[in-house]
Formats: sequence, C-alpha cells, structure tokens
Amino acid sequence: MIRELFKRLHLRDRQLARVVNIGTPYLWLGLFFLAPFAIVLHISLAETALAQPPYTSLWEWVDDGVLQVRLNLQNFVTVFSDELYLAAFLNSLWVALVCTILCLLIGYPMAYAIATAPERRRVILLMLIILPFWTSFLIRVYAWIGILKPNGLLNNLLLSLGLIDQPLTILHTQTAIYIGVVYSYLPFMILPLFANLTRLDFSLLEAAADLGCRPFKAFLKVTLPLSLPGIVAGSMLVFIPVVGEFVIPDLLGGPDSLMIGKMLWTEFFSNKDWPLAAALAICLLGILVVPFVMMQRLEQRIGGDEL
Amino acid sequence: MNRSRWKLYLFLAVGLAFLYIPVLLLVIYSFNESRLVTVWSGFSTKWYGELLHNRQLLDAAWLSVRIAATNATFAVILGTLAANALVRHGNFRGRTGFQLLLTAPLVMPEVITGLSLLLLFVTMEHTVGWPAGRGFTTITIAHITFSTAFVAVVVRSRLSQMDRSLEEAAMDLGARPLRVYMSITLPLIAPALLSGWLLAFTLSLDDLVISSFVAGPGSTTLPMVVYSSVRMGVSPQINALASIVVLIVSVAVLVAGLLSMRQQPTAKAN
Repeated sequence: MIRELFKRLHLRDRQLARVVNIGTPYLWLGLFFLAPFAIVLHISLAETALAQPPYTSLWEWVDDGVLQVRLNLQNFVTVFSDELYLAAFLNSLWVALVCTILCLLIGYPMAYAIATAPERRRVILLMLIILPFWTSFLIRVYAWIGILKPNGLLNNLLLSLGLIDQPLTILHTQTAIYIGVVYSYLPFMILPLFANLTRLDFSLLEAAADLGCRPFKAFLKVTLPLSLPGIVAGSMLVFIPVVGEFVIPDLLGGPDSLMIGKMLWTEFFSNKDWPLAAALAICLLGILVVPFVMMQRLEQRIGGDEL
Repeated sequence: MNRSRWKLYLFLAVGLAFLYIPVLLLVIYSFNESRLVTVWSGFSTKWYGELLHNRQLLDAAWLSVRIAATNATFAVILGTLAANALVRHGNFRGRTGFQLLLTAPLVMPEVITGLSLLLLFVTMEHTVGWPAGRGFTTITIAHITFSTAFVAVVVRSRLSQMDRSLEEAAMDLGARPLRVYMSITLPLIAPALLSGWLLAFTLSLDDLVISSFVAGPGSTTLPMVVYSSVRMGVSPQINALASIVVLIVSVAVLVAGLLSMRQQPTAKAN
C-alpha cells in the first residue's frame, strides 16, 4: 500500500522534473534566442525612417478593412549589388578559412602532445590552455596593439637585433587580423581536439607499428581519421564565429580589410540604418547555416562530448 | 619514438609561449613609468593609483560585476536544467531542436546575437511595454542567453560521468527524486556548477559586442569603457586594469581547477 503510494509519488515527481528540466531552458532560449531572428527578418524588410525606433512598419490598415503590407526588398538588393558588401562577405569567409587552417596546424600538435602526456602533467597542461581562454578577449586583442605597432615591441626587438632597418607595418593590416584571430581562437581548436585524442585507443598505433607501419604513415592511416570528429568540431568553433568577428578587425585591421561583422556594426551604430544592418545579419546567418548544420549532424553522431 | 616526443613538447612549449607572452608583456608594461607603453623607463605603480581615481571606470566595473554575478547565477540554474534534460531524459520529443538551441549560442557571431536581441527588446517595449528602456535588465537577459549554453556544456559532461549508484541507493531507501537530486546529485556535480558559474561570470564580464547593442544611455559596462579608451590608442591605465583582471581570473581558474581535481577519484594506480 505505502509502496504503491511511493511509486505514484515518484512517477509524478519525475514527470514534473521532466517538464521543468526541458521546458524552462526551451522557453528561455526560444524567446530570447530563436524568436529574435523572426524580428530581424521582419525589420530587414522595412525601410529606414526618422522615428523611434528608426524603421517603418511593414503593415498598416487602410480604409475598408484592407491590410496593406509593404515588403521592402531594397536592403537585400543593396547587399547583393554593392560590391563593397560582396567583398566584405568574401573576405570574411577567406579570413575565417585561413585562420581555421592555421589554428588546426598549430593546435593539432599541441592537443596531441597534451593528450599523450602522463596523467598528472596532462591536467596542468590543459589548465594552461584553458587559462587564456578565460582572460578577457578584449584585453588579449589589445595586447597585440602594443606589440605590432610601428614603434611597438616587435619592431623594437627586430630593429635592435639588426634583422630589419625599417619598422614593419603590421598593425592595421590583414596580417594583424590573422595573428589576432589565431591567438584568440586557438584554445577553441585545442580543447575539442584534446577531448577527442585523449580517448584514442593507442594500442591501434602499436598494432600498426608491430605490423611494420612507419610512425608517420600510422598517423595518417589511424590517428588522423579517428580524430576527424575533433577536427570538425574545433574547426567549426573557430570558423563560424570568426566570419562575423567584430573586435579583432576593428582594433587590429586596417581600412582595407573589410569584414562583415564590422560593416554590420558600422551600419547600425554610425549610419543608424537598422533595416540594412538586419539584412546583413540575415545574409550572414544564411551563409553560416551550412557549417552549422554540419557541426550539428556531427554532434548528434558522437553525442556532443567534443564541445 | 622518444625523439619525436621531444619535438612535440618543443612545439607545445612554443605554442604556449605564443599564448602567454602577449599577456605577460601587458602585465610587465603596466609597471612602466612612461606614458609611452612600449618604451621602458622605470618601475612605477602610478597607473594603478590613477586607476583607483578613474570614477567612470570604477562605476562601469561595478555595473559589470553586478551584471556578471546575476547572469552567472541564472545561467547556472538554466544550464543545469538543460544538462539534466539532455543527460537524464533520454530521447524526448524535440531533443534535436533543444540541442540546436543549446549549441547555436556557442558559435553565433556576436553581432547577430546582439542585433537580434536589441530588435527583440525594442519590439517588446513597443508592444507590451516591457522592458522599459535598456540597461541592467536587458544586458543581463542577453548575457544569460549565451552563458546558459556554456554552463550546459560544463555541467553536462560532469553529469554524464557521474556514478549513479548513490542515487539509486537513496531511491531504494525511499527518498523522493527531488530530495535525491538536492542532497546527492547536486553535491556530486558541485565542482561543475562552480566552474560553470565562474565561466558565465567571466564571459559576461568580458562581453563588449552584445552589451553595446542592448545597453542604453547610462549603462556603460567595463568592456565598453575599455573599448572606447583602446580606440584612442594604447594607455598604461588599461594595462594596469588588464593586469588586475588577469590576476583575478588566474586565481579563480586555479581554485576551480584544484577543486575539481580534488573531487576526482585519485588516478588509478599505474
């Protein structure tokens, strides 16, 4: 009798827990993360107006119960026809691609070294990777200004060593953006790679060696394919945010290095053109859907432990 | 085999140097006497002194800390609920969408999140009258939205590695699920909750882009002050501020790291 009562109580509790656990985050993220995209789409179809908020309404009631809807596609026409925006989109994708490859080339050996280190050392090394990830992003980007300036620390060092006799112009160029992005996003590449490599079955490598496989070939044939999920996860964690990056191109980049995140910021804050900024956001989102879906597919296959 | 290990460690050392030298230089030059940040002219702590008299900066720092603490608390609650859902409720309906909503904020470019949240707040104010104006509330809501996803990652991995036999024992002894969760599960995942809280706190303290979109007049956060100062050029005061941030973060990460190491069962012998 009491047992029966307990059972029913437990069942009710569990159902309640289910509703709370699933419902609350769903509701919050649905309202504050998903719903806003519909509003962005809505406003990208509006026109700018000298009003508060600075855009027109898409619909209005005219006489006789007629609802008039005005969809303004001009913003999208502008985005697609103006070469400046096209160049910015292409350059953003290029920067993201180059930096993802650089992060992978630098991050993979580092992750491998940590994953194969003795247990105690591994924890410390991992913390050394995580630590800069926690330090202010803005401050880490700022640190590079002092280093890369024409009279900055790098140029002073190279000049005093006699390696160059003219200060190099690095700050406010695309190179500075590459340096800043790789520096800031490297931990995002290393962590998922480490998570993957640390679960690698190293007896497979021993087996390959026993069968006469050279170490490098064993790496190509065994380690690399097995770490593919980590590579994809890390690459997406770098690539997707970098396409829309604002702080790094703004502080380190020059006037000629167009990036879409910076243009969106300018349209919004300087030109006060909210509808155009919204149209840019929609286009950027459209571009990022492809890599995002790739990442999501992968995460479902491997159960999300890489992130 | 040993030779290649040696090369690997050398590469790792160079990589770590790359990650640490810029921050280290920043800290060193915060003690530089000269206003020219890149020329060393003698040891001085005067920039720290000036920092303490910069009212605008202190106000912004206080606002940022309040936002960060509120954000972290809510994000830990929401993130833990989300982790519970993913680990404990199996393949519920809408799991794919749920996961999507939890992954997207991790990678979404900040300009998009910022712009869309601002447009949401403006529309809401227009239609339902809340939130009236923008400031503390809107910034905090925005921060909770992206921090939750990060907390969920941290708590989820701990929750899925947890040994469930204690919970089962308590259940067999007749404890109700909520009681079991509160007195067995939560203490066991406490280190993850702490690191989740700290992570959410620092993410919020650090955010410039999203805050700039959803802030109103009179709600200037610390990164916004730093940013406008940095745009004017390098300033030793910012170096001093950065050094303080680096110190606080290092201590926090060390504490969190040690806590989670102590909680972990001692490494299997041999």
